Amino acid sequence: MDIFGSFALLLAFLATVYAFVAGIVGIVTRRTLLTKSARNAGMAVFGLITLAVASLEYFFFTDDFSLAYVAAHSNHALPLYYKFSALWAGQEGSLLWWSWLLSIYVFLALFLNRKKHPELMPYVGVILAGVQTFFLVLNNFVASPFHVLASADSAGVMHMARLSEGSGLNPLLQYPEMVIHPPMLYLGYTGFTIPFAFALAALLGRYPGEKWIHITRRWTMVAWCFQGIGVLLGAHWAYAVLGWGGYWAWDPVENAALLPWITGTAFLHSVMMQEKRGMMKVWNVWLVFVTFMLCILGTSLTRTGIVSSVHAFAESSIGGWFFGFLGIVFVVCLTAWYKNRDYLRSDNQLDSLVSRESSFLFNNLILLAACFAVLWGTLFPVLSEWVTGSKISVGPPFFNKVNVPIALFLLFLTGVGPLLAWRKTSVDALQRNFAWPLVGGLIAGAVGFAFGFRSFYPLVCLILSVFVTLTIFSEFYRGARVIASRDGTNLLTAVGELTMRNTRRYGGYVVHFAMVLIFVGIAGSAFNQDIQKELKVGQSMTIGPYTILCQNFDQPSTDNYTSERATLEVFRNGHSQMMLYPERRLFLASQVTETIVANESTPVHDLYVVYAGRSPDTNLPVIHAYLNPLVKWIWFGGIVMVLGTCLAMIPDRRPAIVLRTAAERPWSDAIARSAGGSPAASPVTSSTVRRPGSPD
Amino acid sequence: MKARKKFLIGSGIIVATLLALAYVGYTQSKTYYHTISELPTLQGSTLHQRMRVSGNVRAGSISHRDGRVNFVLEEQGKDLSVSYIGNDPLPDTFKDGAQALVEGRLMPEGGFVAEQVQAKCASKYEASPIGAPVASDKNLNKS
Repeated sequence: MDIFGSFALLLAFLATVYAFVAGIVGIVTRRTLLTKSARNAGMAVFGLITLAVASLEYFFFTDDFSLAYVAAHSNHALPLYYKFSALWAGQEGSLLWWSWLLSIYVFLALFLNRKKHPELMPYVGVILAGVQTFFLVLNNFVASPFHVLASADSAGVMHMARLSEGSGLNPLLQYPEMVIHPPMLYLGYTGFTIPFAFALAALLGRYPGEKWIHITRRWTMVAWCFQGIGVLLGAHWAYAVLGWGGYWAWDPVENAALLPWITGTAFLHSVMMQEKRGMMKVWNVWLVFVTFMLCILGTSLTRTGIVSSVHAFAESSIGGWFFGFLGIVFVVCLTAWYKNRDYLRSDNQLDSLVSRESSFLFNNLILLAACFAVLWGTLFPVLSEWVTGSKISVGPPFFNKVNVPIALFLLFLTGVGPLLAWRKTSVDALQRNFAWPLVGGLIAGAVGFAFGFRSFYPLVCLILSVFVTLTIFSEFYRGARVIASRDGTNLLTAVGELTMRNTRRYGGYVVHFAMVLIFVGIAGSAFNQDIQKELKVGQSMTIGPYTILCQNFDQPSTDNYTSERATLEVFRNGHSQMMLYPERRLFLASQVTETIVANESTPVHDLYVVYAGRSPDTNLPVIHAYLNPLVKWIWFGGIVMVLGTCLAMIPDRRPAIVLRTAAERPWSDAIARSAGGSPAASPVTSSTVRRPGSPD
Repeated sequence: MKARKKFLIGSGIIVATLLALAYVGYTQSKTYYHTISELPTLQGSTLHQRMRVSGNVRAGSISHRDGRVNFVLEEQGKDLSVSYIGNDPLPDTFKDGAQALVEGRLMPEGGFVAEQVQAKCASKYEASPIGAPVASDKNLNKS
């Protein structure tokens, strides 16, 4: 099987090299047959890597520890789903996983566009094959997961060896989210390859118009959404498993995942400038280039340990490969841009400071500033060592100082931007759109202030959150009211109809609302409390409204681990509320300890209790309790973000209501009335019934 | 053209503010990395900087006393005795032989007072050298 897997991987490498070379020759010689064959080779890569992945999984599932990689990351007792996820628990497997996910995207991009864009697709195929080649070089020749174990006998001859038991999966990774977090994040990292390839292809082929933007819009949103989910799941995992009471530490690996998401966000916004006004062409191309390069950089930071990180992945010699590849990508991008820069000339100029354009420009400026600050802070130890010779790192105060104001300004733009008109917004329109939300926000701020909400940033965040939420709701309300009065439907139906007519816009609003939720959750961290105390049975401690009484300590153990556990009863206002069982396990096979957090999460706050070990002096158990307000809003915001993104990807429904003749009116009114009882169903009925009569 | 100028001025103000904030954040949190062998060579103000030092925890050196945790870090034959005074419990990965990164200050008499300790369990995460056959006879079973 190992031969099978590595052979499939080698074939995949040959196929992608063929796709790359034949693709270029096909473009130069204009031979369609060759181009076609290159494309087919590019699609075949997916099948071949799938075989390699399947064969590696086969080793995991059959507990065959003759492969070094399997022996290092699995054991017999590991549950099945962790055997599956052990595939990406280490360096070699992660890179294979990267390759495979990329090959899925490549396959889909080539397959779905096989009959479209004949001028553009050959270039796209070549670029995708180029990226795939790099990863297959790593998979085959630098970090192959198919290395077999061998030992030398007395004569010095190597023999294959098979371990009877593997050393097991790191217990920290034995958590349900770790099964989905890396795939999500990697789907984000790899997904940005598609818009990158289309952008570079359009530039190289001087493909007319903004078509590449239309083609890649959904691809970008998919990658962006996966990247966002990946970042949030990572934060949630850190919160739920590591037991330090927080979810974000500005650790290099976290930052690495955040960076492409930030530039991806900037890109999703600034392409609208190009679509609507023909501006920012150079900027957009570079944004997508930079996003892709940050994905590669992110992968390399995660995999090479060049910046020391608590994630503590392997330090390895693989960094050189990544930086070489980054260098090549940069040179290619630079050359492509320089040679074709006349093709990217802007059609328009900025007309007014109070306009949609300028809000996008500020949005991009500020996102790029955030990206730069995070990148700078992450790489600072490396950069300072190069420049001054001494290695200096910066901590959370640096990141927070810069990023908190940036984030709040972004929140402000989230409310303001979408309601500004293109080109120029009149004072009248400003008043109409913003007066009430602004008043609402200020009232919320005043109420907050009256209730003792005194720190500056959280107060600003409160005001802005209310402001933005109100602008979003007023957008839905005003649009829906027009439809409702025209169609005679109820408001809720009209909201559905409105959303489906311009899913991109209203899905975007939903995503904006999700960001508000996430911001509220993050702002809650300004009010975190924690307390740490040694507890005997019968003693208690108090945090916020809760009193935690220690009922018992025990040491439950299984074959897999020994453990120390506290049984705590939580009281609120003298009433017993719940039992919590924080625990600390020592895994016997790996001798790794793991904290099992007891977290009681409500929308108001999380009561997060950790068994922190025994006190060195008294040998009494130490309980560390945190009261973290509003954390749940972050995870909930993540779910809303996914829903909003999905909504924005649905094609618009375009019933030509405006063009309806007066004669049809009673018809749809009657339908609307009859469907009034089931608002959810009525938009579908009314639009399908209406269609035959409508002029389109 | 006027709008463009306004935009540039606005951007300038934003960027300048952010740079100022970045500088403040930088001075508040900058931490120097030093190796244990470098420490005796430090002089003047560099002695009092906040710094990070990494090394391996010497087996058997961890002791608990008066709410502090004392241990010895080793790196390339040099030692550094560290006293951890932080409130947070030490990470699970902190134990004999682990690779630890301590953050804090040097004491005049030569010891190191750490406010933070990070540790990685060297044996567990690290992949084997790439390309080389991985296992030695020692950890092979007879199957």
